[in-house]
Amino acid sequence: MKHLAVKFLAASTVLLACAGTASAHRAWILPSTFTFSGDEQWVTVDAAISNDLFFPNHHAIDPAAITVTAPDGSTVEITNAMRGEIRSMFDFKMDQQGTYRISTTGGPSYFANWTEDGERKRWRGSLETMRAEGVDQKPGIEISQTYRSNESFVTLGAPSTEVFATTGSGLELSPVTHPNDIFAGEAASFKFLLDGAPAEGIEVTIVPGNDRYRDDPAETKVTTDATGTFTFTPDRPGPYWLTASSDSTTEVDGSAMRKRASYTMTFEALPF
Amino acid sequence: MRATITLAGMALLSTPAIAETMEIEIDIPQLKVAEYHRPYVAAWIARPDNSVAANLAVWYQQERRGEDEGKTWLKDLRQWWRRTGRQLELPIDGVSSATRAPGTHTISLDTETSGLKDMEPGDYVLNIEAVREVGGRELVRIPFSWPATGNAPLSVSGETELGNISLNITQDN
Repeated sequence: MKHLAVKFLAASTVLLACAGTASAHRAWILPSTFTFSGDEQWVTVDAAISNDLFFPNHHAIDPAAITVTAPDGSTVEITNAMRGEIRSMFDFKMDQQGTYRISTTGGPSYFANWTEDGERKRWRGSLETMRAEGVDQKPGIEISQTYRSNESFVTLGAPSTEVFATTGSGLELSPVTHPNDIFAGEAASFKFLLDGAPAEGIEVTIVPGNDRYRDDPAETKVTTDATGTFTFTPDRPGPYWLTASSDSTTEVDGSAMRKRASYTMTFEALPF
Repeated sequence: MRATITLAGMALLSTPAIAETMEIEIDIPQLKVAEYHRPYVAAWIARPDNSVAANLAVWYQQERRGEDEGKTWLKDLRQWWRRTGRQLELPIDGVSSATRAPGTHTISLDTETSGLKDMEPGDYVLNIEAVREVGGRELVRIPFSWPATGNAPLSVSGETELGNISLNITQDN
């Protein structure tokens, strides 16, 4: 049991660590197709944490942590879920016209580190557990509150916007351009909200997929304006990976702490 | 082979223009390939901002014996799908029909009765998009002015999935 718990902790730490770094491990959810036609369709999805986009080479994302939301807001059943060593996969069926969201979101969770008997200690979990275990009472403790979100969107028929309803916590993406309506050579815009308010000055990194043999990673970096909006123009068709994170401070029951929120999305730029 | 496209249900409010006939010829080339499937073809008229002024045709695999898999590949006519296809409820009488064999196919539109009746004078682009299963995809575009200023037919030749495309607008009197 202890072994399992440690393993879980390790996996969570990997997710956390990869959330804030642009060039190291990247977490992604990649649907087989982003744009569909017809009355009903199956989509198959890969989910992994890797260095190359989108080639699994590091860790799988647990499919149990992934939720699929239908255009009407209902939760769609995931089938054929398989967790491999370096990649997970699952299928789901679409029978409503509109946009589906595939997401894994987490937070708030708490990350603590301190030094005890000359050894650096790290801990991650909920606020309640942290208090119950007395972790927050450790001398020299540093605690940060974290939110993370990783998403992808697919559309059957005409795009819809119901699945973009925001919750008001963490870093959330609000479409100006619909993610399934992005075309190479045309500007696309999105808006970031942090805890429901426009997130200004957030650096967003956008990387085209299929980078394994690309000498130039072709990363684009843009920053959100006062309204939380950023704009970029994908230069080539194909799948892309977009990530951003915010680093701020917050107060939890009177104690100030660092607050980190990350957001990652895959999307496809279509050719003309 | 002659396909006459008629867009029904148009309002009779617009001012009567000079009666014109628009004739579009679409050549589907014969291809020597191991696995051949007839292409999906869409034809539409766009305004300069790419908004759609008239849907002329979409040829795709029709429902047969209860199997309706044909609509799965409509999104591969990707410009058509983006600009208009995904907003449409198919089938559309007079617009959607089965795929066509290699050869020259003609779409004849009479401005008195078709969707062209509501088209404001201005610049337009005729779009013909073709996509073939285990094959390629091609979009041919012919800019034109409406109403036609002359009688010269316009033509552009596709290179892979489409042969010659011609647009001939003639005044009836």
